[in-house]
Amino acid sequence: MFATSLTVNDLLFLLEGAWVTLQLTAWSILLGTLAGLLFGLLRALLPRATLPLAWVLDVFRSVPLLIQFVLFNSLKSIAGLNISAFTVGCIVLGIYAAAYFTEIVRGGVLAVPLSTRRASRSLGLSYLQDLRFIVLPIATRVAFPGWLNLVLGVMKDTALVMWIGIVELLRASQTIVTRIQEPLLVLCIAGLIYYVMSLVVARLGARLETRWQEND
Amino acid sequence: MFDYSFQWRPALRALPDMLAGAWVTFETAALSMIFGVLIALVLTVMRQARNPLLRGVGNGWVSIARNTPSLFQIYILYFGLGSLGLHVSSWLALLAGITFNNAGYLAENFRGGLKAVPGTQMRAARSLGMSASQAYRMIIVPQLLRIVFYPLTNQMVWAVLMTSLGVVVGLNNDLTGVTQEYNVKTFRTFEYFALAAALYYLIAKLIVGLARLLSWRLFRY
Repeated sequence: MFATSLTVNDLLFLLEGAWVTLQLTAWSILLGTLAGLLFGLLRALLPRATLPLAWVLDVFRSVPLLIQFVLFNSLKSIAGLNISAFTVGCIVLGIYAAAYFTEIVRGGVLAVPLSTRRASRSLGLSYLQDLRFIVLPIATRVAFPGWLNLVLGVMKDTALVMWIGIVELLRASQTIVTRIQEPLLVLCIAGLIYYVMSLVVARLGARLETRWQEND
Repeated sequence: MFDYSFQWRPALRALPDMLAGAWVTFETAALSMIFGVLIALVLTVMRQARNPLLRGVGNGWVSIARNTPSLFQIYILYFGLGSLGLHVSSWLALLAGITFNNAGYLAENFRGGLKAVPGTQMRAARSLGMSASQAYRMIIVPQLLRIVFYPLTNQMVWAVLMTSLGVVVGLNNDLTGVTQEYNVKTFRTFEYFALAAALYYLIAKLIVGLARLLSWRLFRY
């Protein structure tokens, strides 16, 4: 029906690239979630004192990710650090994710009604107990869809690390296209892999959400 | 620790070229937003149509635009159309890719915004004798635009940031393309790209500021 030079080895190469994508996503989401949680809590609980932090994080949201990668890579060379390009990618994506996650966490914590927090304090819970048992569970449920969107967004932005030399899914598909000169077919397969990864993450998230809302 | 001497003078001397590139960036993002809004309105209507083919195309477009990277969409338009014999320029592929992406995200925003407009508005408009198109044009869409205005601003900032991907398909007259040309000629990566980052930050702040002025003027009561 239609002849193609794509072999099973090429498909395996694409899947290896997809594995690099998933690893990059996992590490940067880990970094971004932890940092974003800390910054978001600070931003929500001490709004005026952390205003400079908001300005700094705003810079990371207003500069294109490609330029952030190039800048950090060249800064790494200038400073003489000996870290791999993969680490550079993880750090940049992690800071990018933290910048967005700060706003999400801040929105989640501010969504807890003030009367609820005052009620818990008047029942004798300390400030930290109130945070841990009342605010964080409610804030987590409010912030979860935003976090899931961020995970999917970071997974799609890992495509840009090809500019600093990491071979992930899109770069792997480019390598195959250079050899067999069938861009549409290979890019469609790569797009399908992205779509399936996206769908799996979104479905898992939806199941977690319904499990949390069982008692609502 | 740094045995590298920063040389900012060449970077600052390249500022006029980079400002010209910034103007091309802004034009591209604005064009893609205008086309994206028009296509997103059509997609929103298509997704609520009764015809399953229209619904499928609308849902498919939004699904693909939101679940695949924007760089991938630009690649498919640049290399894919080229393999079919239709040789488009880098700028056109970038514009088409960003518009495709914008239309998908904006269609989702419009869908959410439509849900936020009370259903009673449509019923009241129809019961006052307006046709469906009159009701949409005079009652629903103004309320919708008010609700989706901030998401629209966000999407415009994203469109400006996405134009930086043009350099990957060979565009050399937007801000990142000009910066990359200077970088390749002089290898002063950090200086040129730091200046480009500052320019992008200023453009993003400018857009948010203009949007705030516009919203103060438009949504005045």
